[in-house]
Amino acid sequence: MTSIEAVFREAYGRAVAVLTRLLGDIDAAEEAVQDAFLTAVQRWPVDGVPPSPAGWIVTTARNRAVDRMRRESTRTERYVRAATEAALLDGPGEPTEEEGIVRDDRLRMLFTCCHPALAPAARVALTLRLVGGLTTAEIARAFLMPETTMAQRLVRAKGKIRDARIPYRVPTGADLPDRLAGVLAVVYLVFTEGHTASAGDELVRTDLCAEAIRLGRELVELMPDEPEALGLLALMLLTEARRTARVSPTGELVPLPDQDRSRWDTALVAEGQDLVRRCLRRGAPGPYQVQAAIQAVHSDAATAADTDWRQVVVLYDHLTALAPSPVVALNRAVAVAEVDGPAAGLAALAGVELPRSHLLPAVRADLLRRLGRTAEAVEAYDAALALAGTTAERTFLRRRRDESAAPDRSEGT
Amino acid sequence: MAQYLLNLIQPDGDAPPPPEFLEPIMRDIAALNEEMRAAGVWVFAAGLHPASSATVLTPSGHDVLVTDGPFVEAKEHIGGFTLIDAPDLDAALEWGRKLARASTLPIEVRPVADGGE
Repeated sequence: MTSIEAVFREAYGRAVAVLTRLLGDIDAAEEAVQDAFLTAVQRWPVDGVPPSPAGWIVTTARNRAVDRMRRESTRTERYVRAATEAALLDGPGEPTEEEGIVRDDRLRMLFTCCHPALAPAARVALTLRLVGGLTTAEIARAFLMPETTMAQRLVRAKGKIRDARIPYRVPTGADLPDRLAGVLAVVYLVFTEGHTASAGDELVRTDLCAEAIRLGRELVELMPDEPEALGLLALMLLTEARRTARVSPTGELVPLPDQDRSRWDTALVAEGQDLVRRCLRRGAPGPYQVQAAIQAVHSDAATAADTDWRQVVVLYDHLTALAPSPVVALNRAVAVAEVDGPAAGLAALAGVELPRSHLLPAVRADLLRRLGRTAEAVEAYDAALALAGTTAERTFLRRRRDESAAPDRSEGT
Repeated sequence: MAQYLLNLIQPDGDAPPPPEFLEPIMRDIAALNEEMRAAGVWVFAAGLHPASSATVLTPSGHDVLVTDGPFVEAKEHIGGFTLIDAPDLDAALEWGRKLARASTLPIEVRPVADGGE
């Protein structure tokens, strides 16, 4: 990515957010910002990049919008007036957007993109485009979809925002906690799709992880007093720190106990742990903070054997109380097995249902293998193999299955 | 101000529910209609006969064909609707939530094109 492209990506979300407030329409805002980018491409190589590129883009986009409104008589009077007034408010060429106003506009855009009336896939696409500044082509590539399909999804979603009048507003009062949880969920969805790609040959899609972390940093910047935003960022950083250790040179999944911990990114671990301490000090724990705390316990252990599994079980109990789910129950069972043995882990799995996911049979298989119940273990590995989505996961499961079926041969070679 | 149509999605039953089940629901819906009128958002509301009473007219060349309805075979149909004035979707959803609770039915919220402009 060239520096101009990087600046564009940074400036896009800020500029579109401000212009959407001024013009009252996302499409018109995007058009104006793209006009400004075209001007930048012509001028910057000659005049140099301005000191505040994002401010320059906002001002230029605003002026372009006014020009366009004046040219196109079909636009309604309302838009012309709003844009004209806005343009008149600041002097020519001044990067006048006060940081506080831009911040409010970016928050409005974020809550609009993550509105519960939009389909989850549309929320993800809109957030990456309008907040993250990714191009439609980049989003399509990240989700392994044709660009036309992604473009249609964005057009439809923006059409619904316009036609149904989804408000450009940060929710207040009783609505805020639910809506905030929705925003955090969209960002985490981007991260998990990158971290455990649900399809394809690559186990991890780094671009999506990087985008999710960038959005997570933005959330913390926009909502510095929200401990769950800190918790989400910490969770993503601590997970991302293990990325290189999580995939073997042959592209195979390396589970946490087998990872070479010297390959963890110590800077990301330190930042994540610092964030966990910061948010837990607020005394308002939520699901993301507790999940981050669990990852922080793992990150504290120099070797897998040093893991404070009792602490992990305590944290999973806490998480079960805050946000019970089959996946939480599954991970709790794994921790219980480390504290009280595989039989206790297997007992903790009783009643857990997770259809269409390879995770439950994979964990069952591992516990059965450790109990020496080979035939049942192989059966469970087969069930997991039938459901695993990525090549890396299947390769890992197949090797474990074959080792269980013929332990002598595989141990020897 | 925009307008939104709140459609009540009703399952097609063989027999209508017994009065002792319906009465409290009808009372709650009537109370909500009153609340909407008092708030100045109520425009129009109506309940419909079952979908089995519908007739479909389809243009065909110069003629219009008459057939027994409903138009779409489904397990649920629109059983009634309320038209409201609301400034945006969040406000419309808030009234829709109240209607869902009162009617115990799913509500489909549809923005009216150029409503109120």
